[in-house]
Amino acid sequence: MDKAERLSRLRARYGGAKADGPRRKEMGMPGRAGRDGAMGATGRPKELRRTVARLMRYLGRERLMLCLALACTVLCTVSTLAAGYMLRPIMNRFLYYDPAQSDLAPRVAALTRALAGMAAVYAVSVATQYAQTRLMLTVSQRSLRRMRQELFDKLQTLPIRYFDTHPAGDVMSRFTNDVDSVGEMLNTTLIQIVSGGITIAGTVALMLYTSPILGGITLVMTPVLTLISKAIISRGRGAYARQQRNLGMLNGYAEEIISGQKVVKAFSHEGVAEEEFGLLNDELCRSQIAAQFRASIMGPVTHQLCSLTYALTACVGGILVVTRGFDIGGLTVVVNYTRQFNRPINEISMQMNTVFAALAGAERVFQVLDERPETDAPDALRPQTLSGNVVVEHVSFGYEPGVPVLHDLSFYAKPGQRIAFVGSTGAGKTTVTNLLSRFYDIEEGRITIDGLPIERIARDALRANIAMVLQDTHLFTGTVRENIRYGRLDATDEEVEQAARAASAHGFIMRLERGYDTELTGDGANLSQGQRQLLAIARAAISRAPILVLDEATSSVDTRTERAIERGMDSLMQGRTTFVIAHRLSTVRKANAIMVLEKGRIVERGTHEELLQAGGRYADLYNEIVELD
Amino acid sequence: MGKYRASVRRHLSCFLLAPLFMVLEACGEFILPYINANIINIGAANGDIPYILKNGLYMALIALVMLSTGVLGANFAIRGASRLAADVRRNVFAQIQRFSFGEIDAFSTGSLITRITNDVTQIQNFTQTLLRGMFRSPVMIVGALAMSFAMRPDLAWVILAVVALLAAAIAAILIVASPRYTRMQRQLDLLNGRIGETITAERVVKAFVREVHEKRRFAEVNEALVERSVAALKMMLLVQPASAVAINATTLAVVFFSGRQIMVGGMELGTLTAFITYLSQVLTGLNFLANIVLQGARAAASDRRIGEVLAASPSIDERDAEPGNAVTRGGVEFEGVSFRYFKGSAEQVLSDVNLRIEPGEFVGVIGSTGSGKSTLVSLIPRLYDPDEGRVLVDGVDVRRIPLAKLRGSVAMVLQKNTLFSGTIAENLRWGDENATQEEIERAARVAQADGFVRALPEGYESPVERGGANLSGGQKQRLCIARALLRKPKILILDDSTSALDTATDAALRRALREELPGVTKIIIAQRITSVWDADKIVVLDGGRVVGVGGHEELLQSCPTYAEICDSQRDREEARRG
Repeated sequence: MDKAERLSRLRARYGGAKADGPRRKEMGMPGRAGRDGAMGATGRPKELRRTVARLMRYLGRERLMLCLALACTVLCTVSTLAAGYMLRPIMNRFLYYDPAQSDLAPRVAALTRALAGMAAVYAVSVATQYAQTRLMLTVSQRSLRRMRQELFDKLQTLPIRYFDTHPAGDVMSRFTNDVDSVGEMLNTTLIQIVSGGITIAGTVALMLYTSPILGGITLVMTPVLTLISKAIISRGRGAYARQQRNLGMLNGYAEEIISGQKVVKAFSHEGVAEEEFGLLNDELCRSQIAAQFRASIMGPVTHQLCSLTYALTACVGGILVVTRGFDIGGLTVVVNYTRQFNRPINEISMQMNTVFAALAGAERVFQVLDERPETDAPDALRPQTLSGNVVVEHVSFGYEPGVPVLHDLSFYAKPGQRIAFVGSTGAGKTTVTNLLSRFYDIEEGRITIDGLPIERIARDALRANIAMVLQDTHLFTGTVRENIRYGRLDATDEEVEQAARAASAHGFIMRLERGYDTELTGDGANLSQGQRQLLAIARAAISRAPILVLDEATSSVDTRTERAIERGMDSLMQGRTTFVIAHRLSTVRKANAIMVLEKGRIVERGTHEELLQAGGRYADLYNEIVELD
Repeated sequence: MGKYRASVRRHLSCFLLAPLFMVLEACGEFILPYINANIINIGAANGDIPYILKNGLYMALIALVMLSTGVLGANFAIRGASRLAADVRRNVFAQIQRFSFGEIDAFSTGSLITRITNDVTQIQNFTQTLLRGMFRSPVMIVGALAMSFAMRPDLAWVILAVVALLAAAIAAILIVASPRYTRMQRQLDLLNGRIGETITAERVVKAFVREVHEKRRFAEVNEALVERSVAALKMMLLVQPASAVAINATTLAVVFFSGRQIMVGGMELGTLTAFITYLSQVLTGLNFLANIVLQGARAAASDRRIGEVLAASPSIDERDAEPGNAVTRGGVEFEGVSFRYFKGSAEQVLSDVNLRIEPGEFVGVIGSTGSGKSTLVSLIPRLYDPDEGRVLVDGVDVRRIPLAKLRGSVAMVLQKNTLFSGTIAENLRWGDENATQEEIERAARVAQADGFVRALPEGYESPVERGGANLSGGQKQRLCIARALLRKPKILILDDSTSALDTATDAALRRALREELPGVTKIIIAQRITSVWDADKIVVLDGGRVVGVGGHEELLQSCPTYAEICDSQRDREEARRG
């Protein structure tokens, strides 16, 4: 396979993925690696306007501070301009050499007074500038905090379906990259645009006032500068999009390969990986150079165009002094203004990148905030404790329309009974428990608990009555104790230990470095899968929910340990309606009823003995083992 | 810094030309005000219009030269930084490829990914800033100072004094701010960790109705982040007013002192104008330097993290490999092997293991969680090296076989099944890049995957999503096995990689392996006793020691651990006996 073909295959594979890669954080510096592509926020002016309006509402919450900050900005800009202008009368009135005048004292006193006035104006400008930045820091940090919290809170209300359809990395990047880019905008853009606008307008006005001709030069240069910087920016946008795409591809590739690094090693695939990474890396490097070059020449170009204006102004101003008696103070002021004129223009044009990035980010944040949350009926019941009488009648369900997973399912469990589900992968075992806890809502049929249809019970009240040990054990950063206590937040330390003992976890916990106070990190990465399952069981054991769901709860626990925890599990299930899903048939033997699921239907039901005797599917599953001998 | 030297040398032209052009641009910065001062002092004062025009033209020409040097400087800075970053990325990635399992475990996947993405970007940005400002800012400061000394040494002292004061103030601010930045960064990591964890564990959160609890916990870290961010950023806000105060105070002082000079005819007005301009240049330069230092502090953290990766020497190397050695028949022998994952830990994962596996044998390995099963087999393809003892393949110490040959002959299906984005066929070709469609299908048939793959709408060309998200656990396991089979290994190791298969498929798989791959040594780790009891040899591990080797019946008699395991799965045995 040649290089080009390889590259195009890689592109096809990773190009479609969104650039979840890290994006740039620094502000207002164009021409740096990987600034967030703002490509999403092009077109659709109507939606754009809505996004902007909504963003403004975030700032609006800090209305008072924001207004104060804006007032400070205006004051600061005006006083800075004024202080610059004050040099003119000072120079003209006091700074000259007159050999005829012998007593300089009054002139020095007047100069001192004038400088004191200037100092006062300077003081105002410095104070207001600091006040403005300090206020905006608070405003933006608070807005960010609110946005993050809203996003997080919203996520907690979203149905599991949302998490099924959105990869964790994608959701994650909304928190990090997108919120960040919005933050950058909140922090600086508004202020920059206001102060830049006033500076440009004020400078031009003061220059025109000082000297219409010299002001005219700058007035002509302004649109030229603006047009040039605009042209540079928009020219760069295509290259910029390519850079973002390439960065996304490279990061996607690195992420996937490094995640599967052990497989790469086991298959000696390192060479291929390095080669492919090299191809993507070179691509990225090339596009980065192209994209950033455009962005980075904007600074020098506008700066030196200003230098040209500076030269022109100095030259013409000099001539005006000679021919028309233009005052040197005026010339100094105008020349100084010219030198600094490119700054506000640069700042404003750089803000455009930030704005586009922020709008794209804001849209992605708002998408989440606009998702439909799990809701309860307004008259939903909140029964305190249920006894666990579960009846499932004629339930059909599919995760996607037209792809049914469960067909016409009916069964019941009396309080304290143990019901087991058996069947191959994909038969729909886990789906049953998903419906019971209303992770998904049923489409057809009816599930009642203690006679109440579950959709009439508020979700949190329902789930509080169901303790679950899920197939994928997830632990949280925190101590072992905290993780077990997750099952019942007000459990005492003794109860935590009791639960751990019941789950046979006490032994290995005590062998950990700091026992129950050992910190778990990264989803319990320092524990074996089996140990994690034991903790998950302890977590469920501490809960007092009348209904218990064990979804492959002991799949990674070896059979000897499983046997050791059998008594604990028995006491855990004692008095609770329990639904057991298991691969290993040994764990379901004691169930009051075993449901054999196949392709979403219950094909057999009965006790272990009954089913074995019936000699049907269950017995087959069982007897297949015999064949293996 | 050494890690960048080679790259700098490779792209030396960029690294020399960028600062050179930036310095040239900076020279213009302090020549322009000088000419401007002359226009006012000489041209305007004497009414010499040709002088004004001539010097105006000089200014314009210099501006044009500055424009081109500025653009060129930026160009080389970007090239240099991008290429350096590309080199660093490639080196880090290559280094990760060289890592053995030990290093991958130690670093963790997530941190390796951030290092190759975020951290390299930080280095790239900093390099660019450095190339553009490293010499330019000092040259601007020194040049402006020199020019002002040349013009009026008495006044220049004012500027120098203020510059020194300001530099000290900025340094003080940075010193206070930098640990706060670190704390902010740490809090940010914490917050992101919390988010990621909650997203992946959303089912648990919901199952235990802990939404409110999680919201509260998040609010805490969120609040702390805001506090720490404000604490850090508010220090940085001080830089601006500090330099503003400095520039303003100096301007006033310069105007005052030079005003008195001008009044007595000791100085010209144009000189004052130039002075004010130089002043602002010095301060711009200082601000830029402060920015470099700040960015440098952040880049230094990234540099350290990248350095850690590059400095980690892969614990597995081919120092002792002899090119002639290869795996020929697939016999394995463990001689007094001991191993621990963390060199400091007291508990050994394997201790003094002695074991012999004949070529073509079908070996089952069984034992409790944590008994060392996976570790034992990982030593065969040298995913780890033993601390003591040796592992021999066909009588040769594995350390003396070239890694590519060794791993090419030992196919191992890991406990955690990883598939990559691409089609099913592409994934299977990981085993053999040049495999024909027939070979792929044959391997899939043996692995019991052919059936379900064919049932997919696009068959072998069906896409596999990242991490195989669109396949069930059992399907992934079977594809991983097929992938391993395509390597045509001499030794095949299945590390608990049939756990998601139902018993019937599991049995069919083992039957197929036995029939289709008679000459291949097959080592199967399993939880289920039924997955191993028909093996030629069963190895029982307990607490890192081999406690029994033999056939099923034999072990039932002689090995209490084995009997216990069987006992714990007895119901099936009962069924077997009828």
